[in-house]
Amino acid sequence: MTSTVVILVVGVVLVLTAVYISWRAGRLDRLHIRLELAREALDAALVRRAAVCLELAASRILDPATSLVLASAAHEARTAGPDEREHAESDLSGTLRAAVEQERFREKLAEAPGGAGLLEELDEAVAKVVYARRFYNNAVGVTRTAQRRWLARTLRLAGRTEYPSFFEIDDTPPASMAAE
Amino acid sequence: MRVGLVCPYAWDVPGGVMAHIRDLAEALIADGHHVSVIAPASDDAAVPGYVVPAGRAVPVPYNGSVARMAFGFLSAARVRRWIREGRFDVLHIHEPLVPSLGVLACWAARGPIVATFHASWVRSRAIAVAEPMLRSALEKISGRIAVSDAARKSLVEQFGGDTVLIPNGVTVGRYAEGEPLDGWGPDGHTLGFLGRMDEPRKGLPILLDAFAALAAERPRTRLLIAGPGDADDVYERVPAEFRDRVTLLGMVSEEEKVRAYHSVDVFCAPNTGGESFGIVLAEAMSAGATVLASDIPAFRRVLGDGEAGALFRNGDAGSLAREAGRLLDDPGRRSRLAEEARRAVRKYDWSTVARDVVRVYETVTQHQAGVVEDRTDAP
Repeated sequence: MTSTVVILVVGVVLVLTAVYISWRAGRLDRLHIRLELAREALDAALVRRAAVCLELAASRILDPATSLVLASAAHEARTAGPDEREHAESDLSGTLRAAVEQERFREKLAEAPGGAGLLEELDEAVAKVVYARRFYNNAVGVTRTAQRRWLARTLRLAGRTEYPSFFEIDDTPPASMAAE
Repeated sequence: MRVGLVCPYAWDVPGGVMAHIRDLAEALIADGHHVSVIAPASDDAAVPGYVVPAGRAVPVPYNGSVARMAFGFLSAARVRRWIREGRFDVLHIHEPLVPSLGVLACWAARGPIVATFHASWVRSRAIAVAEPMLRSALEKISGRIAVSDAARKSLVEQFGGDTVLIPNGVTVGRYAEGEPLDGWGPDGHTLGFLGRMDEPRKGLPILLDAFAALAAERPRTRLLIAGPGDADDVYERVPAEFRDRVTLLGMVSEEEKVRAYHSVDVFCAPNTGGESFGIVLAEAMSAGATVLASDIPAFRRVLGDGEAGALFRNGDAGSLAREAGRLLDDPGRRSRLAEEARRAVRKYDWSTVARDVVRVYETVTQHQAGVVEDRTDAP
């Protein structure tokens, strides 16, 4: 009689534990998916920004010196390895600020044929880098907290997923297109 | 894009969050997006075509005030159905920490979810108790927006992470045209004020002191004040001989407000601080009023350092009186400032704000198929 009760209780506890663990694992899995999507969005936003900068540099609207610094910063950002990427992207932000904050830059660009469209694309690309990076870092923060939990560490719920790192760059937009 | 907006508070009670959602929805629709808003409202309530009622709202005390919210089985089922049938590309929840439709939507949906945080709140016991629950709802949100620095700060302090800042907009077109109020009209002698009369940081006492000085020299100058507050307190501050030249409208309707902006020569904003943006200023600029504002940083920025409106030294009634006098004497300068104001305010128009919000949508929807019903926690 007593042994039946003991077996029953142990069984119930085991089932509940299993349900709980699988719920936690599922939750961690969802967080990883969200993190992956945020990483892809950030990558796309950065690539887009560099592409618009290259297009602007090649447009013959800007003076040759501005075109050159912009093109080389954009090229550096596109080709940087994983370790240099944060640096290169910050440099591109700085170069972009130097270019756009020139006296009457926006007016001149808007007057040139095709310039208004480029300006609009640049505005959008710059804003989306800011947004995508905030969202990515947010996802990183949440995922890190979940991975660090005792249960997740002991049972290796995260599997072989690496511990995610924040993407820290200077993405301050030029003053005239400040998204905030 | 197919956008699903979630409003936590009753649609038929005017309020900041509800007005924000209405203006955003209309700007998105004007931009060619498909928008559906789910909001607490009874089935027979008169709502615009894009609003789906989620059931009657119940008044509940929360975060220091009483709000009309919807929850319970009926609302949960309706939110679920709305998500299933809406086939949204993105779900945009407002105030997801408020126990209303936002929490229900977070629970019932999976996919690209954006959330906007409006209110700031103090660290309360209730939030602390609910934190684990709210945290798991927050985990589903891929993009967080705050409408002000205060809202951003309280969110980050409580839950960590970061948000993007997209401030409120103004529907410029709504203020552009208006008949002056009966017996009023820009006649070269009228000053105006709009805001709570009893809130010191709105700066009405400074304006009243300045008016007393002006009125002594200018027998025809009048002052028109709109906004809630105690009339006796206001009159007490004005010398008896000038009291008949100060008119208090009290609380005004949206329509009267527009007309009031069109009734004055100089609109005064003597706020002493604490403003992050100055929605009243932007409304007056949209109406084409000449603005005279205190030189606090927020106003300085909106007025382009004095290009789109005159500035006076913050807290200084003498400076306010001097500047107001100069403006009343110079119709040419008044119309130049008003012209520039109409141009400058466009950057705060809802269409611009909606464009930024769409950029957030595009950022979170990349590589994602859209919003689907989340069956994992379904009853």
